Amino acid sequence: MGNIRFGLLALVAAAVTFAAARAIGNPYVFFAGYVVLQYVVLATAWNILGGYTGYVNFGTAAFFAMGAYTTVVLHKTVPVLPLPAMMLAGGAISALIGLGMGYLTLRLRGTFFSIATLAMAVVAQTLITNWNFVGGSRGAYIVRPRLSPIFPGDYIQYLFVIMLLLSVLAVVVARAIQHSRLGYGFAAIRDDEPAAEASGVPTLRLKLIATALSGGLMGMAGAPLPYYVTYLDPASGFSLSYAVNTIAMPLIGGTATWLGPLIGAVLLGTLQQVATVTISSALSLLLVGLLLVGFVIAAPKGIVGWFQR
Amino acid sequence: MDLSFDLWGNALVSGLLLGGFYAAVTIGVSISFGMLDIVNIAHPAFIVLGSYTAYIANSVFGFDPILSSIVLMPAFYLLGVAIYSVYDVSFERRGDASIRGLAFFFGLLFIAEVTLVLVFGVDYRLVEAPYIGPSLHAGAIDLPLRLLVPFAVSLALVLCLHVFMSHTFIGRAVQGVAQDPSALRLVGADPSRIKRIAFGLSIASASVAGAILIVIQPVEPSIARDYIGRIFAICVMGGLGSFGGTVVAAMILGVMESFTSTFYGPSWSPAVAFGFLLITLAVRPAGLFGRI
Repeated sequence: MGNIRFGLLALVAAAVTFAAARAIGNPYVFFAGYVVLQYVVLATAWNILGGYTGYVNFGTAAFFAMGAYTTVVLHKTVPVLPLPAMMLAGGAISALIGLGMGYLTLRLRGTFFSIATLAMAVVAQTLITNWNFVGGSRGAYIVRPRLSPIFPGDYIQYLFVIMLLLSVLAVVVARAIQHSRLGYGFAAIRDDEPAAEASGVPTLRLKLIATALSGGLMGMAGAPLPYYVTYLDPASGFSLSYAVNTIAMPLIGGTATWLGPLIGAVLLGTLQQVATVTISSALSLLLVGLLLVGFVIAAPKGIVGWFQR
Repeated sequence: MDLSFDLWGNALVSGLLLGGFYAAVTIGVSISFGMLDIVNIAHPAFIVLGSYTAYIANSVFGFDPILSSIVLMPAFYLLGVAIYSVYDVSFERRGDASIRGLAFFFGLLFIAEVTLVLVFGVDYRLVEAPYIGPSLHAGAIDLPLRLLVPFAVSLALVLCLHVFMSHTFIGRAVQGVAQDPSALRLVGADPSRIKRIAFGLSIASASVAGAILIVIQPVEPSIARDYIGRIFAICVMGGLGSFGGTVVAAMILGVMESFTSTFYGPSWSPAVAFGFLLITLAVRPAGLFGRI
């Protein structure tokens, strides 16, 4: 299937999803669905670097929160800017951060990159905590508009549609990469980096492309967050649960293809929404940790791997 | 002028004391990451676990937190052995240690943190001991016992591990296992067993490190994350697995953090470790004293 045809199909699926959500008519569906879709974007973005090239990024929360805080800054300085423009800005900032981090650490063994991303999340949080303009440790309040600007309905429906379109974009990009020269280059890096380097694959450049692309998508996923939560503080924006979920979802779904993170995010995201409501949010996070450890030990190829045998 | 000298002197001394403590926190990772090449990012979680066991021993049974943590080392050793056995079977033997091994330890870090939150809540916990509170004074320099005792315990811990590593057969085998596992087989040692012992030791050190952590500052479950950057910065800067390098790098970071919090405010000090780590990785990835 060509990329364009797949993209159109994905758009149709998105339209059906939205129509179904509206048919249910309960605003909670949009609030819960938004979170699941946000994880579809994050997991797919993480997988472009982690699954395709084999470099583990523990700093999802940092890229994500940078996107969110870009929105906070723009909301305070140019409030008339439409949300998609803010998302582009947030994505650009996060992509630049990814590029810089990658440039400094990607020439070393993959482990060092992973540790650096973990440490970066702590530092980015320190910077934001000390920056009074965006609220510092007290956090920032954002007034969510009441109505959607483009179609009749609540603003949460607008946020839902935006996130739905972004997840279509992320999945289409991830799928297109997988079957392109770029994707084969990424796979070569993952399987044997020295051999890839020796046969002329520009490994550093490819890794930088993957990091920037992945970071940019995470930033875009974070940009609408302030409007969703209406109150953003560093502790929640940089929450470790983003990083854990984003790693757990592709690993549970399967990291080799675009389908794995999608399956993982929808399953685990929905499961968590249900568990948060029915049990407690701490227990639902514990569940994610246990599933992550269980799957990496017992099912290294994830759910997708079950169907390939 | 006097005031500024006092300020500098105190910042320097408390930085050195803090650095001594960081050496104990890092020494376990110097073994697991530096010598065995196991990226145990969950190590700080085991340290916080050590803090909580010391807290229980102190608040429920009234024992000294540091002494009880030394008594509890065998239990932590066994925990480490158990974790390494799972890691060995699931990842190292499959030759798939990189991505999934990292995710495994990340999952452990998260499980440990959430479990501690569920059991103890997110309140800060502290311990009581006679050396928490009083200070020695050397001229204008304050030497709080709360930092001095952990400093001494930490250096003693590092020294013991150093003696073990350089003067016993198993210790030397640990140093050799990462370099050449097959050569180790030729001298009659099982690499898997050697690694299991070494990993057990690294987790055992977390018991003591955790106890002195809770002596120095109140502890809550998510504090582990603040230490990941520090620990790996020190470990890399110290040259991965060199104990002497670890101590020196820990002192340098301690002094840098102490000056940062004295002159710019404590909320900035977490950023120091990261800057330190990034500069090390970018400029000299072999560390200060590394071979490569």
